[in-house]
Amino acid sequence: MKKTYTISIYTENNIGLLNRIATIFLKRHINIESLTVSSTEIENVSRFIIVSDLSEEKVKKIIGQLEKQVEVIKAYYHTNEQSIYVQTALFKIKSNLLFDERQIQNIIKNSNAQIVTVSPEFFVIEKSGRKEEIETLYDELLPFGIMQFVRSGRISVTKEEMRISELLKKQLN
Amino acid sequence: METMTKEKQKVENKKSVKMTGAKAIVECLIAEGVDLLYGYPGGTIMPVYDEFYKYQDKLHHVLTRHEQGAIHAAQGYARVSGKVGVAIATSGPGATNLITGITDAQIDSTPVVCITGQVGSHLLGSDAFQETDIVSISTPVTKWNYQITKASEIPEVLAKAFYIARSGRPGPVLIDVTKDAQFEELDFKYMKCEKIRSYTPIPQMDITQVKAAAELINKAKKPFIIFGQGVVLANAEEELKSLIEKADIPAASTLLGLSALPTEHDFNMGMVGMHGHYAPNVLTNDCDVLIAIGMRFDDRVTGNLETYAKQAKIIHFDIDPSEIDKNVKTDVAVIGTVKETLVALLPLIHSNTNKEWHQKFKDLHEIEHERIIHPQTNPSSDKLTMAEVINLINKETKGDAIIASDVGQNQMFASRYANFNKSRSVVTSGGLGTMGFCLPASIGAKMGAPEREVVAIIGDGGFQMTIQELGTILQTKVPVKIVVLNNDFLGMVRQWQEMFFDKRYASTVMTNPDFIKIVEGYGIEAQRVNKREDLQDAVAKMIASKDSYFLEVIVEKEGNVFPMIPTGATVSDIRLK
Repeated sequence: MKKTYTISIYTENNIGLLNRIATIFLKRHINIESLTVSSTEIENVSRFIIVSDLSEEKVKKIIGQLEKQVEVIKAYYHTNEQSIYVQTALFKIKSNLLFDERQIQNIIKNSNAQIVTVSPEFFVIEKSGRKEEIETLYDELLPFGIMQFVRSGRISVTKEEMRISELLKKQLN
Repeated sequence: METMTKEKQKVENKKSVKMTGAKAIVECLIAEGVDLLYGYPGGTIMPVYDEFYKYQDKLHHVLTRHEQGAIHAAQGYARVSGKVGVAIATSGPGATNLITGITDAQIDSTPVVCITGQVGSHLLGSDAFQETDIVSISTPVTKWNYQITKASEIPEVLAKAFYIARSGRPGPVLIDVTKDAQFEELDFKYMKCEKIRSYTPIPQMDITQVKAAAELINKAKKPFIIFGQGVVLANAEEELKSLIEKADIPAASTLLGLSALPTEHDFNMGMVGMHGHYAPNVLTNDCDVLIAIGMRFDDRVTGNLETYAKQAKIIHFDIDPSEIDKNVKTDVAVIGTVKETLVALLPLIHSNTNKEWHQKFKDLHEIEHERIIHPQTNPSSDKLTMAEVINLINKETKGDAIIASDVGQNQMFASRYANFNKSRSVVTSGGLGTMGFCLPASIGAKMGAPEREVVAIIGDGGFQMTIQELGTILQTKVPVKIVVLNNDFLGMVRQWQEMFFDKRYASTVMTNPDFIKIVEGYGIEAQRVNKREDLQDAVAKMIASKDSYFLEVIVEKEGNVFPMIPTGATVSDIRLK
């Protein structure tokens, strides 16, 4: 049975690793729903967060293949329930609407979104949250006209401890 | 103590020498114990070749006739010697020509390091002459790869390359070096790599799993071992034999596991898989405990997974955790080198006898002998069979030779009929099934084990895929013995067309050249045999030859390899005809 899994991959911060990780999914014809790469709490260690819909059996095999890569320190998979996750979206909207269409201000307030900038021509709303919350906001703003919309990949932290620093120390001893 | 180390460090530091990147590459190779490598020069790797010229007394570069020949030779060298094979090529087509061999080394876990030249770093991404993104191209088929753009990176990166290629589950590494990095100077100092923090070559063995495995084995009434190349890579041949003998367990090999246990050993039941032996395939679905040692349950071994050994408890010994449960769900997984885990297992194993169980293997083997092995080795027709050729080679070499084989019927006959007394005697392309592998790989094998006889068994199709490597034999005088089993067909595909495509022989008929003339053109003594009465003498003459020798045997045109498990069928439904 397919499920949404968040795959967290701790890696060395090396060129070419994104390609290597992506090919592991490609080889097995698995679609990546979202991908984020960032620095972590440990110096020179990157974290990939990949969201994919697949069976647990498949995700386990993917983890095995990922961990096999020389520059991958550790890989984990988690269900939505096991992690705290958000995505961020930006909406660029014509400035006059902010004054002409009163509901927009209510929509922003009710959705816990923020206005990050206002210029004479446009203003930008930032919304962080679950994908569905962002989609709701999108649907609400759509009738007024959205000049640009972009949504980031998922970022997440897990409820369980990851112990990457300990792992790295152990490896070097 | 700490100050001592620091002092020592200072002394070591003083030892660094200024040199070019190209020279540093050669120094790195020598520091890693490389004295032989295979390659083909070209524009972006010329600075390194210039150093090869100066280092001729320390480093022997073998010029192959194609980069594919270089990588397969490096593989052959690595497979028989256990050392890292090295191949070197220029950028662009030189690099892409290595890819088939790199892929082959990846799937067959062969330690090779490939060095490719690359256009100058200022040209990267400009579609310069012979520029190709070989790092991207090789990513899915390498254990590790890296592009060097600064000379100062060379010592550390090459040290890592060799460490990664040889450690843990071995595999291919590709290092791409821009031309400017070869010209640039660096302060050279070499330190071998012994650790990479993100890399665990040998995972920790879990003794509770070893105990669980021992318990299952001790309780088993019908235990069965399938061993693979992991046994060879871990040098665990003796431990495997001890286990088999102590617990009285019949054992069979995968294609790449062949020769880990002598063919003539009483408990060696032959080979499993699509064209393996009858008894071990049938009894895979009868055993109560299946012990897989250093093998990966390839689909050519298992056939239909839904019906594979479902009655058995499965124990899987492997160094690579990602192999566990990948294809076959295991009851007990023992992670670690096969050597380490078998050493831990052996004292926990009770002596046992499984007479009736062994008898089952013998009975089924009798059937196979009568219906397949005997008729194939003693044919009633006057047409020669591949099996009788291999049989005669056994007689002449007494099972002491390294048998390199290509892909297809020649490979299956070689694997089924060749006798192996010693480990590391099998050089063949298992996972990838690369036609054209054998000739160059046999050159590497002979150079990796010069004291041993190397016999290359090739079909007429595969021979023509890398036939240019006869030039490498001419130039190096490497004394490999080449046997081409010629049926003027792409035999294995033809067999499938016969069985599954109503004999529609689409593009499997070969109009072949006069191989003898070609081979003689390369200065190699050659003989063609098409009569049974000439075969034995011809084989004897070939084996007795001090130089390379070519024997073409005209075999029956439509011979088939049996037994056979058709694709997707159950192992126990193996067909005898």
